[in-house]
Amino acid sequence: METHTQTIRQKEKVTTERITGAEAVIRCLLAEGVDLIYGYPGGAIMPVYDELYKFQDKIHHVLTRHEQGATHAAQGYARASGKVGVAIATSGPGATNFVTGIADAQIDSTPMVCITGQVGSHLLGSDAFQETDIIGISTPVTKWNCQVTKAEKIPEVIAKAFYIARSGRPGPVLVDITKDAQFGEFDFVYEKCKGIRSYIPIPETTPDSLQNAAAIINEAKKPMIVFGQGVILGEAEEELKDFVEKTGIPAAWTILGLSALPTSHPLNVGMVGMHGNYGPNKLTNECDVLLAIGMRFDDRVTGKLDTYAKQAKIIHFEIDPSEVNKNVPVDIAVMGNVKHTLKEILPLVKPNEHQSWTEEFRAHDKIEFDKVIKEELYPEKDGLTMGEVLKGINQETAGDAIIVSDVGQHQMIACRYAEFKKSRSNVTSGGLGTMGFALPAAIGAKMGAPDREVVAIIGDGGYQMTIQELGTIFQTQVPVKIVVLNNDFLGMVRQWQQLFFDKRYASTEMINPDFVKIAEGYHIKAQKVTARNNLQEAIQEMIQHQGPYFLEVCVEKENNVFPMIPTGSSVSDIRLE
Amino acid sequence: MDKENFTISVYTENNIGLLNRISAIFLKRHINLDSMTASQSEIKDVFRFTIAIKVTEEQVKKIVGQIEKQIEVIKAFYHKEEEIIYQETALFKVASKLLFEERQIQNVIKNSNANIVTVTPEFFVIEKTGRRREVDALYSKLEPYGLMQFTRSGRIAVTKDKMHISSILEKFASQTV
Repeated sequence: METHTQTIRQKEKVTTERITGAEAVIRCLLAEGVDLIYGYPGGAIMPVYDELYKFQDKIHHVLTRHEQGATHAAQGYARASGKVGVAIATSGPGATNFVTGIADAQIDSTPMVCITGQVGSHLLGSDAFQETDIIGISTPVTKWNCQVTKAEKIPEVIAKAFYIARSGRPGPVLVDITKDAQFGEFDFVYEKCKGIRSYIPIPETTPDSLQNAAAIINEAKKPMIVFGQGVILGEAEEELKDFVEKTGIPAAWTILGLSALPTSHPLNVGMVGMHGNYGPNKLTNECDVLLAIGMRFDDRVTGKLDTYAKQAKIIHFEIDPSEVNKNVPVDIAVMGNVKHTLKEILPLVKPNEHQSWTEEFRAHDKIEFDKVIKEELYPEKDGLTMGEVLKGINQETAGDAIIVSDVGQHQMIACRYAEFKKSRSNVTSGGLGTMGFALPAAIGAKMGAPDREVVAIIGDGGYQMTIQELGTIFQTQVPVKIVVLNNDFLGMVRQWQQLFFDKRYASTEMINPDFVKIAEGYHIKAQKVTARNNLQEAIQEMIQHQGPYFLEVCVEKENNVFPMIPTGSSVSDIRLE
Repeated sequence: MDKENFTISVYTENNIGLLNRISAIFLKRHINLDSMTASQSEIKDVFRFTIAIKVTEEQVKKIVGQIEKQIEVIKAFYHKEEEIIYQETALFKVASKLLFEERQIQNVIKNSNANIVTVTPEFFVIEKTGRRREVDALYSKLEPYGLMQFTRSGRIAVTKDKMHISSILEKFASQTV
């Protein structure tokens, strides 16, 4: 397959050089500033690996223990660094093992370029060994994908791949390269992609939308912000802070928006959604203006749509036109990158303080503290809670760490209680909810932000889905800190079984191995904590340890995460117990 | 909101795999296509899909948004029935002997503005271009005599108003050196 996409070309004098397609892949990656890739070799990608061997002083290749791990590591790298993550694998099973990571990157808008080998073009469609239609398979979960069957097409396609992955609303792309295209020789020349005529990465912002939005904001008595990952992807953290502080509007966040505004900011009022905070969920249905900034009204955020913020005027700051009015009809859409639109609207909004309104959030916080948080963070019962582990980590890292969480109860606890001072600190699988994400993603996050502490918080279930990546940690000695919160259950599913299926715990109880021994098998320093009096010391030891570290904390088996908005309920029907 | 017939026009780059991307959008939402046709458009190297569906206006808006989001889609539009000129073509293969034995058939053909495109000793082929109900009407008249084969194309349509696709492409061309 060849691409006929029309790109914007700038005529420049370029010199060419005759090289193979495989070498061209590496040279393209270098031209895009890539110095680190994650992958797993195999038959159909061997020519590229042979070039990786030759270029190992320029590109570091991390051998993960499964192709899925390569994609999650690339995601973690991208989320922590803001750069495009790159993963590479062979055809057939190598490529299909990419699919979960690609789907995760697609729904969480993570810039990622995946390169897969493919059987020789003369074998395409013949059901050859390790042939799979990865273009067909990955189409619904990629921002763009393309198969290359001729060496000379490689530079153009890879240039486009990077441009598409990182521009506009970012996302994953997949480039599938047949083996003959890797062997083929051609005159290499690389031009970065500067535009594609059928693709508008950032829609135009109309002055009217800014004026109208500002007028509504200036009139609002009880306005509320919900910001999402668009703020982080658009690098608009400062603009958001300026906007929040000038307008005095309380700001809540979606799970992927977390860390865009410091958690200790006086106007940060916590998380919205299913296990979010009591105040922002309840008050969603009391505010008069709802400002949605770089978020997409996921069902886990909105609960029942018929009763979501019906009383409020809704202003949506959004980069992707297809997200506007998709789930929630809005009064005004302010299109564009939020970095631009928040900056543009700032002079149009009046300085304000919404003191008594903000106090309503604090009053709800008080209720939530008494009913939920107190027992989670300062438990009186013997069993350890997940919350106190997070509290202990906060204490040792002072909000400077990147927290990578997996999926389930521990994820909700991590997002609810972790403290963050800096952006790009919360790496989690939000949209897809991919168990097994955290361990490989933590590897990528640490490599993407080597100066920062990276702590992975994982449940005993998800940990065992990608536990083989301990091998990657051992081999690379990447100093990630792994915390497994072990309750011997698939805790979130068990919680639902308890609440909605009359405690019929179908296949949620786990008989677990000796996790410490497994870590030690990989020569990773490991410790297990079962009692409160050892907890803080163990966390401290883990954080202070120079290399990778594994900490298992045995927590109360049947604790539940609250507050909770049951599926299909309104945000204002949020339950505290 | 009630379901209506909508026609979607999608201008795209000629790219293998795009059909898959577009059809996946309907698959994901469990929406049946009444028809889909693809052809060259009025602009060189630009393809045009014409898709007919029956959905609510809210749904069609969202679908068009999802289609436009695809990298190789230049622009997508949706139209109501009254905004377009649309046609379908059908071919009827009928045994030649009926032409002589069932004289009524000749009148049916004449009255329905259909054309005979080929005649052989065994069969003849009638072509009818028009709206769905005209094709259906001819079908119901010919069907009792026995049809050897019948096939109908998807809807093709042009809009009464201008579509500003050309200006989008011109704008791009001015950026290209």
